[in-house]
Amino acid sequence: MQHFHFEPCQLPPEAEELRVEVRDFLTENLHDPEVKRARSWSGFEPEFSRKVGERGWIGMTWPKQYGGHERTFFERYVVLEEMLAAGAPVSAHWVADRQSGPLLLRFGTEEQRQRFLPQIVRGECYFCIGMSEPDSGSDLASVRTRAEKVDGGWKVNGTKLWTSGAHRTHYMIALFRTDPNPEDRHGGLTQFLVDMKSPGITVRPVPDLAGQEHFNEVIFEDAFVPDDMLVGTEGGGWGQVTAELAFERSGPERYLSCIRLLLELIREASQDPTERQAVAIGKLVAQLANLRQMSLSVAGMLQDGKSPALEASVVKDLGAVFEQSLPGIAQDLSELEPTLENGNDFQQVLAFLTQVSPSFSLRGGTREILRGIIARGLGLR
Amino acid sequence: MNELRAILSDSIARLLTDEVTVDVRRSAEDGDWPTALWTKLEENGHPRVLVPEDQGGVGGGWLDAHTVIQAAGRFAAPVPISETILAGRILADAALDVPDGPITIAPVRPDEVLKISRTGNSWSLSGTVSRVPWGAAADHLAVQAEADGQPHVALVAQGQASIQADRNIAREPRDTLTFEGAAVIAAAPASDRDSLWRYGAMIRSAQIAGALETVLDQSVQYANDRVQFGRPIGKFQAVQQQLAILAGQTAAVGAAAETAFGKAEAGDPEFEIMVAKTRASEAAEAAASIAHQTHGAIGFTYEHTLHYATRRLWSWRAEFGTASHWAGRLGRLAAGRGADALWPMVVAR
Repeated sequence: MQHFHFEPCQLPPEAEELRVEVRDFLTENLHDPEVKRARSWSGFEPEFSRKVGERGWIGMTWPKQYGGHERTFFERYVVLEEMLAAGAPVSAHWVADRQSGPLLLRFGTEEQRQRFLPQIVRGECYFCIGMSEPDSGSDLASVRTRAEKVDGGWKVNGTKLWTSGAHRTHYMIALFRTDPNPEDRHGGLTQFLVDMKSPGITVRPVPDLAGQEHFNEVIFEDAFVPDDMLVGTEGGGWGQVTAELAFERSGPERYLSCIRLLLELIREASQDPTERQAVAIGKLVAQLANLRQMSLSVAGMLQDGKSPALEASVVKDLGAVFEQSLPGIAQDLSELEPTLENGNDFQQVLAFLTQVSPSFSLRGGTREILRGIIARGLGLR
Repeated sequence: MNELRAILSDSIARLLTDEVTVDVRRSAEDGDWPTALWTKLEENGHPRVLVPEDQGGVGGGWLDAHTVIQAAGRFAAPVPISETILAGRILADAALDVPDGPITIAPVRPDEVLKISRTGNSWSLSGTVSRVPWGAAADHLAVQAEADGQPHVALVAQGQASIQADRNIAREPRDTLTFEGAAVIAAAPASDRDSLWRYGAMIRSAQIAGALETVLDQSVQYANDRVQFGRPIGKFQAVQQQLAILAGQTAAVGAAAETAFGKAEAGDPEFEIMVAKTRASEAAEAAASIAHQTHGAIGFTYEHTLHYATRRLWSWRAEFGTASHWAGRLGRLAAGRGADALWPMVVAR
């Protein structure tokens, strides 16, 4: 019988030393008010990303020959968790550091690695992910955006949707259909690097319910992608995307989205909380600490060279439940109403996170898809 | 897991697979002491895993104890193995001799206090303690008691108390013992009056983690075996989604409990214990519910074995503090230190 075992993991001393450096860096460079910090990994600030790159905190585990720093997964983990816990605006370099870079390292050509990875590491080259489409969400294998072979490259037609950051990133890692009639439904898909400045690409914002403009509709009309921008193998896109999603699901960002609200809740409760406040806060802190234990354990598995895809799905699912429960619990404990313009930090952070929390169990794989993956991992078929 | 601990894990699992049969569980629930099971455990040194070698024990650490205690929870072993392990540690820490045989612990309720007093060279014990695990069956009791307001640890032999028998819903003995100037074998000052309560919570967390693995295994097995509408019910997404939740809760509590034991080995595990017992008691509820729903009516019968784990989950979630008890402590700690101290507290090791 399959169990998911999260062996407790301890960070090595060099990782803890790095934590001090990161905190000092954040004290010096991060002066955002609470409500802005609540946006954390949706905050997009190239200047901040370049500073992070200067410190050597992007592409930390990558080989030096591509500008990487050959540090441990533990050191990378500490940088990430400190940035997220502080609510640093990491989203510009985030996607490339987390998944596009590792994807290129694993499946990219030598030329692609030499061309893109050093720019990513400097915090100057940003990526978005072109997976979902209007008719393809959880059923990713049904993507229809078509890349047809033409002389010297590929002609692309179709639409990607929910593409976060497409309006301000330099490249997209896109999943296109290169064979319209594959033998099995996971075949015929191929990943490409797409220059977002290419002719034939239109990016239209899709404001979210809170009025933020982070995701987009990306329309391809006879857009040309050169041959040397194909990533991995033609027709091998499904396997590559699955590996990429495992990177996407394994990080500490999957339980820290609401930490600002927990902090505000603790401030509201004061040093002498009521029993009701204490119990509610204690339950949340217990979940936070428990998720951190599990998330760190996943980092340990990565450091040991394992592929903890199932474990990452477990953490993401539990993390989303936790994050999503926080606004409701916070509201139930306080008679303060969520406010948009005025109000204290608690009210503004509550307003923001209440609105965005539905996305926590959608992005990076819906709750139902993740639980299906977990169930298969348990041996239910 | 290091190699020695993996060997320990295999060996205890083999022992419990052989010895904790359904017959043994049933007769224990009828009040019989499972002599063969206990003898095997003693022969292998498991009850004395935390007692130093120079005091006749195995000289293991808290993580070794975790391996034994988690397995005892997983197999629903109907003996006070966890209590004896903790008693051994508390006695050894106070430099008292650790006797052979099952030893239980008291008090196990937060509001109960035992008092010991000294006359010449001998000590005597007074007070009433309830819900004592195997209070009538254990050969000895390791108690935390006050002498002139100072915390002490004392060892008392069986037969010194008047006993009112009771059980928890897993039909494990939980007896009320009244001491009136009872003879004490040995006593010594203790550093801390909260330690029995804290370590008791830690131990129950690991037992819950073990029982959760069992209900998960049984539920997955049942979902793959049970056919309705022409296919195994595990093929239905409605069932799969619930079992995925169960698996997540099981993994989470496993991590929380093992982390607490690891911390106990290296320092003060108070924070990790608060986390572990809060999460374990919470998860027990959801897990038992999903397991029973998956099993349908057959899981509700005494004949089926699911209840050996679920009745323990329902008992253990309340013992040594509910989720709200530990969450309240944790919440007051977090609020007392303030918002800015929360993250450093979570990551500080």
